[in-house]
Amino acid sequence: MTRLSPAELARLLGDGWDAPPAADAVAPRPSRAPAAAPTEAAVWVALAEVPDPEVPAISVVDLGIVRGVAVAEDGAVTVTITPTYSGCPAMREIERDVRAALVQRGWADVRIDTVYAPAWTTEWMSDAAREKLRAYGIAPPRVGGAALVTLRRAPRAEQTMPVEPVPVPCPRCGSTDTRLQSAFGSTACKAMHACVACGEPFEEFKPI
Amino acid sequence: MTDVAMLHAPAEAVLRLADDRLVLGHRLSEWCGHAPILEEDIALGNIALDLLGQAQGLLKLAGALEGRGRDEDALAYWRGAGEFRNVLLVELPRGDFAHTMVRQFLFDAYDVLATERLAASPHADLAGIMAKAHKEARYHVRHSGDWVVRLGDGTDESHARAQSALDALWPYAAELFAADAVDAAAIDTGVGIDPRALREEWQAAVAAVLADATLAPPSALPPDDDGGTGRIGRHTEHLAAMLAEMQSVARAHPGAGW
Repeated sequence: MTRLSPAELARLLGDGWDAPPAADAVAPRPSRAPAAAPTEAAVWVALAEVPDPEVPAISVVDLGIVRGVAVAEDGAVTVTITPTYSGCPAMREIERDVRAALVQRGWADVRIDTVYAPAWTTEWMSDAAREKLRAYGIAPPRVGGAALVTLRRAPRAEQTMPVEPVPVPCPRCGSTDTRLQSAFGSTACKAMHACVACGEPFEEFKPI
Repeated sequence: MTDVAMLHAPAEAVLRLADDRLVLGHRLSEWCGHAPILEEDIALGNIALDLLGQAQGLLKLAGALEGRGRDEDALAYWRGAGEFRNVLLVELPRGDFAHTMVRQFLFDAYDVLATERLAASPHADLAGIMAKAHKEARYHVRHSGDWVVRLGDGTDESHARAQSALDALWPYAAELFAADAVDAAAIDTGVGIDPRALREEWQAAVAAVLADATLAPPSALPPDDDGGTGRIGRHTEHLAAMLAEMQSVARAHPGAGW
């Protein structure tokens, strides 16, 4: 489940391959010399500017996957991250983006640890992050939503579609007259819905 | 079970959890680009990804518990079929779509129960991996259960295929609930559960969906001690063939990074 970046593809495929602009690369910044020694607060500020590669409307800090920042006396930075869904293929990209953001500020000694406990949950997403998602067109995860994935089956007459006990409001028009199309979408963390009121399909950040 | 193997009971127990997911995830990934509709292609790919992600974390943990310096890649790509500890159910060829979905449902219904209990493990890393896996398994079992009903209670053709899949797969489900000395030792060290304790709840949950699906299990399950040999590394011929494909790139380019 590894993806190659355009630069890595270009290296593998040779000069004849025309790499597209690297949309996922961290935008170049004016160099800030001399680099100030890192502090934990400064590292958090830097990380708050690293977008999630799959949902760029929110940062990795908004998402709640940065679990800790530590700065050693010699300036070595350790960032602890945790995956969203178990198989999130963006984790390696997130690692790379986090490292790039810190190196760019002149902090070269960066270590990234991945931890599994405690397990990430959408409950850790801030209200501000939820609002950013909504404004971006993705229905935010419902609070307490993981418990809504009911294992109890609905009466057979209602089983033409998967059962969603609490409807997901449409991020575009706000209607709750929406239908779950599939609990699995374009990324591990999203489900696909359609709004009956405004007719638009939309994605939901699935509660977990 | 030799004494030497018992020394590694915690690693063995975690390896069993990991291999079920690695092998089933790979079988599901074989549907990429072949599922009957686009949404299903995406769903199967996502479920495969969840299982592979869980396997990655578990293999990393198994390697650490084993203490022989093997990481998750070494365990996934450099073990032969005889060293895999998955149940036979998950290694069987994917068959048709009904076969894939019935197999998935039988496993998911077990997985949702097993992960719930393992999430309470005193081993923090295992508990963290399993807590997330449990939430993912709830999405999985809802999806596969819906399909079992749709297929079983669908057309004559889909019903016949689903019933045929159930007849073929049902005996293999018993292995999920078989327990041996490794399980007992793993319980003592906090990284295991007694799978036999899940069986009754599993049977009730599965029976309810099968009834909705107008499908009938061919028989009661075979006894616990007749459950299969995957946990001790004796597999069907299908696993080696699957691994040959799964491991081919890593073995053609040892040590390659990407």
